[in-house]
Amino acid sequence: MSIIFFLIGSSVVLALGFLTAFFWAQRTGQNEDLHTPAMRILLDDDSPPQGKDDINQ
Amino acid sequence: MSEKILEKTICFHCGEECEEDLILFEEKSFCCLGCKGVYSILNSCNLGNYYVFNDHPGSQQIEIEKHFEYLSEPSVIRDLIDFQDESITWVHFYIPNIHCSSCLWLLENLHKIHPGIIQCRVDFLKKEASIRFDHHVLSLQELVQLLNNIGYEPLIQFQDLVREKKEVEKDSLILKIAVAGFCFGNVMLLSFPEYFGLEGKTLFRSFFGLLNALFCLPIVFYSGWDYFTSAWKTLKNGSFNLDLPLALGITVLFIRTLFEIASHTGAGFADTLCGLVFFLLIGKWVQKKTYHHISFERDYRSFFPVAVMLMTDHGDIPIPLTDLKTGHRILVRNNEIIPADSILLKGEAQVDFSFVTGESVPVSKTLGEIIYAGGRQTGQALELEVIKPVSQSYLTSLWNHEAFKTEKKNAEKTFSEKVSQYFTPILLVLAFFGFLYWIPSDSTRAWMAFSSVLIIACPCALALSTPFTLASALSIFDKNHFYLKNISVVEHMARINTLVLDKTGTLTLSQSKNMDFHGFLDPEQEKWVYSACMNSLHPLSRMICQYLGNMKRLPVQEFSEIPGSGFIAKIEGRGIKIGSAEWVLGISDQSLGKTQVHVEVDKNYMGFFSIAQEYRKGMENLKVLEKDYSLFLLSGDQNFEEEHLKSYFSRPNTLYFNQSPLSKMNFIESLQNSGSRVIMLGDGLNDSGALRNSDLGIAITDHVNNFSPGCDALMEGSSFPKLPAFLKFSQDAVRVIHLSFGISLIYNLVGLSFALSGKLSPLVAAILMPLSTITIISFTTLATHYAAKKRNLL
Repeated sequence: MSIIFFLIGSSVVLALGFLTAFFWAQRTGQNEDLHTPAMRILLDDDSPPQGKDDINQ
Repeated sequence: MSEKILEKTICFHCGEECEEDLILFEEKSFCCLGCKGVYSILNSCNLGNYYVFNDHPGSQQIEIEKHFEYLSEPSVIRDLIDFQDESITWVHFYIPNIHCSSCLWLLENLHKIHPGIIQCRVDFLKKEASIRFDHHVLSLQELVQLLNNIGYEPLIQFQDLVREKKEVEKDSLILKIAVAGFCFGNVMLLSFPEYFGLEGKTLFRSFFGLLNALFCLPIVFYSGWDYFTSAWKTLKNGSFNLDLPLALGITVLFIRTLFEIASHTGAGFADTLCGLVFFLLIGKWVQKKTYHHISFERDYRSFFPVAVMLMTDHGDIPIPLTDLKTGHRILVRNNEIIPADSILLKGEAQVDFSFVTGESVPVSKTLGEIIYAGGRQTGQALELEVIKPVSQSYLTSLWNHEAFKTEKKNAEKTFSEKVSQYFTPILLVLAFFGFLYWIPSDSTRAWMAFSSVLIIACPCALALSTPFTLASALSIFDKNHFYLKNISVVEHMARINTLVLDKTGTLTLSQSKNMDFHGFLDPEQEKWVYSACMNSLHPLSRMICQYLGNMKRLPVQEFSEIPGSGFIAKIEGRGIKIGSAEWVLGISDQSLGKTQVHVEVDKNYMGFFSIAQEYRKGMENLKVLEKDYSLFLLSGDQNFEEEHLKSYFSRPNTLYFNQSPLSKMNFIESLQNSGSRVIMLGDGLNDSGALRNSDLGIAITDHVNNFSPGCDALMEGSSFPKLPAFLKFSQDAVRVIHLSFGISLIYNLVGLSFALSGKLSPLVAAILMPLSTITIISFTTLATHYAAKKRNLL
């Protein structure tokens, strides 16, 4: 049963790792703007213009 | 892509209806040259995708010449930018116009328009763009000009320049919650064997106990530390707040946990302790809701220009507003704001005071007359001599009043503050009672009882009921376009018994474009008046043309305009004289009101046009409100509308006209001194003092991004009819707080019966605490939503 000591110990260390990751994310401002990236991802960078009508001709 | 909907042509760029002059360009229709200009810039830079992501993403380019020379002043640049090295400058702008994904896309592709721009990142919710650019290739002024040309003019305010470079306090609350949540989760898992009686080997018990004790350390000394400092602060002031019993509870929980684990007498209360701090911090977080895009702290400085053109012998130079002194001669161009009280030296002044007073029609001024600061010149450039410094002007001196120097006083205690006055003493008395009761027979049990009372009565649910109720109330107000500065505003609103309203811009629509004609014109005469007015650029003439509608324009044979008075025209041999009463009739304007335009045809007086005061929807609600509240009207205007308004304000002595900004402010104070709790509803800068002094200042605006004076709450004009429902709902919210307080008391009483007997087991505490918390959170949320439904706010 002494495996429990090891298991609990490693699980706590793992959880501490996640906590540190969250601290890092927060400190570097990764959670400051949660709205814009969600919009940005939908906009293609350099797609040829297409759609309703070709504007760039 | 020109759209034809009901034969109306819609501008390809901004989606507005093309009213007057339709411009066709590359088979697309535009409502104005500005919109076409933006389109051609974007098209030439291969940024046509802007129009693909959304239909009509642009905003109408009202053609106003903007002057950005002041951005070449080194002192202005230094204050405005964030950081600069040898070649690169970092700057961020607030751009009110950001509203859709096309805006985002275009701004983040700015480097395609100008090679000097290295990168642009947009924060959509804050409507901010951070731009990195090479200042050897592109100057700040050119950058702003470029943004302006594509329809995204940054809002550069005086406040940006004088912003205190204060240390932005890193919001550590989230981190504290993260730590508390981490500890809470781990402690819960480690406590499970105890809950289910799976005690097992004592070796495990002491290992789990040790870990639990370790997890408690960051909870007490990091996450929950604020409660100790806050409790200590109020204790030093000789009063009690709700943080004191919380701090006591945390202390006792912590010490007893350490003691039990060290002495192997029990499992301790580590789970209760962690849960308590975790839930309390969540309550704190809910309390802190803020609106990024709304500013409640605006004063005249956010409205005034950053720089003015100073006229010197060596030509005109821009100087920062802070350097403006009396005696300076300044140049104020079309659409610029007059920054200080000054004398008109040259030019035809048509000053629009709509921001100051809400009056939408420009006022004409003659040479030598004093023009008060805050007006916006429409028309040609003016030469002015400054006679008072910016901060001492008629309008701005209001902010020198003591009311603006002290924190807004809200002496009234909130419900939880009132309760905590009694809560803590009663708690301590009960704890000592338990201790004294058991001490003769069983000293351990006495200590148990003492500490258990402090643990179980820890007002966790009570501390959560206020923030959760008010936060959900806030989000309901928010859905109805009524934005509150913070949650305590709801409680203040519930206690109000007096309403004071401003007239222009608050009860009336500020941008009223409707005219009425009093008198009679036959169709022939209407045509003459229309054709004559088409020749004049005066805003009132334009409004008359709009009122008469599209007609055939007749050739005008003679036309002469006398600034500030009116004009004479000759059409089809008829003499048309249109203008102010003083000019047309020869009587003083004052008795008739300023916004009347009189018409004379062939020396026969035909009647006059006047601006129809358009009242907001929901005026009839005032009659409903009058039953429960005392209503007052404070208007800066003259009393032309008194008769009409009397039907809404039926009590005597409730209508006050010709009120100056200062007298509005003093009126509120006198009401308060007679024991009233006052809401002030206003819209202009002239209401600022009254808004500030009232118990609750509500600014009404037709668009939240427009300028509005400093206030506690911001209401969109369209929500005005809901005002009675808002007031009732705030009272409901307070009632919900009272009820949830009752519920948490019941939990406390049940817990106390365990505690006083000295038999509180960690398991009971661990169940009671989260149970009461969850009950309170769900009760407050459900009850506020029910109340909102009842008031038709959802």
